[in-house]
Amino acid sequence: MDKQFYIYLAIMSLITYAIRAIPLVFINKKITNPTIQSFLDYIPYTVLAAMTFPDIFYSTGHLISGIVATIIIIYASYKELSLIQVACIGCFVVVMIELIL
Amino acid sequence: MKEIKRGMKNGIPIALGYLSVSFSFGAIAVSMGFSVIQAVLISLLNLTSAGQFASLGIIAGQGTYLEMAIVELTVNIRYAFMSLSLSQKVDEKFKGIYKWLLSFFITDEIFALSMLEENVSRTYFFGLASISTAGWMLGTTLGAMLGSIVPTVISNALSIALYAMFIAIIIPGMKKDKNIIKVVALAIIIRSGFYYLPIINQLSSGFAMTISALTSAFIGAVLFNKGEAHG
Repeated sequence: MDKQFYIYLAIMSLITYAIRAIPLVFINKKITNPTIQSFLDYIPYTVLAAMTFPDIFYSTGHLISGIVATIIIIYASYKELSLIQVACIGCFVVVMIELIL
Repeated sequence: MKEIKRGMKNGIPIALGYLSVSFSFGAIAVSMGFSVIQAVLISLLNLTSAGQFASLGIIAGQGTYLEMAIVELTVNIRYAFMSLSLSQKVDEKFKGIYKWLLSFFITDEIFALSMLEENVSRTYFFGLASISTAGWMLGTTLGAMLGSIVPTVISNALSIALYAMFIAIIIPGMKKDKNIIKVVALAIIIRSGFYYLPIINQLSSGFAMTISALTSAFIGAVLFNKGEAHG
């Protein structure tokens, strides 16, 4: 699959890069339309939310550890602990529950 | 230099989360017959999870080049909207060649973290990007070399790290702005529809995620935009 591999690799890499580069490189003006502004403000949050739910429940070995860890992670985030603290707490909870199960 | 360091420090959670995701990417790639070098090359040139996982199936299954192009386009199109969103937040020095170079590093996580800044400087963005990419490459390499020998409990636990980080970014934003609560709820409802409803749950997860994120942000922007210049 060698020579073909590099053609596949080139296609995927170029497309992925172009998608990322074109808007940032070519849009230099501030957008003033409030609807578009709001849309762009909301995008980071909706992307993360759509990536996280419901996948997080199934991300570990067991549904139980996924759900319990999610609840604790939400609480820790509500208390505004740092990202790294929240991530560590999440991992710790999963390990604990899976060791019990 | 201070900004680069601050970016690297703030990027550590991303790097840790990436370690686990790219570790599984490396492990799966090798188990499908790719060499360690090939897995590492894919990670080095793409720096994206869903797109890379999708590519493995296409290459191994000898899909057409057109199929590869279409899949990568649909799975990754969300980056175009992040790139657009970022274009509104970069400071005056983040321009020209820096845009060409640094846009390569627009991922869900690097984007989300940089958007927490009032203005995004090229140095801070580079700091975030460099440590995250290091995690991505290290994870791929380790996964490709020793993927089969890590205990499941550990890999299960690490898989939740990135999601935990996402929640830790979303919730403080929801506390600050009620509209964000609404759009986040909407995004989760739409995404869950794609997950649980028959027929539409056949869509690829990258594509379903993109549609969910765009639709909810769009509905939010139309229904509850502030009607004034902000940001």
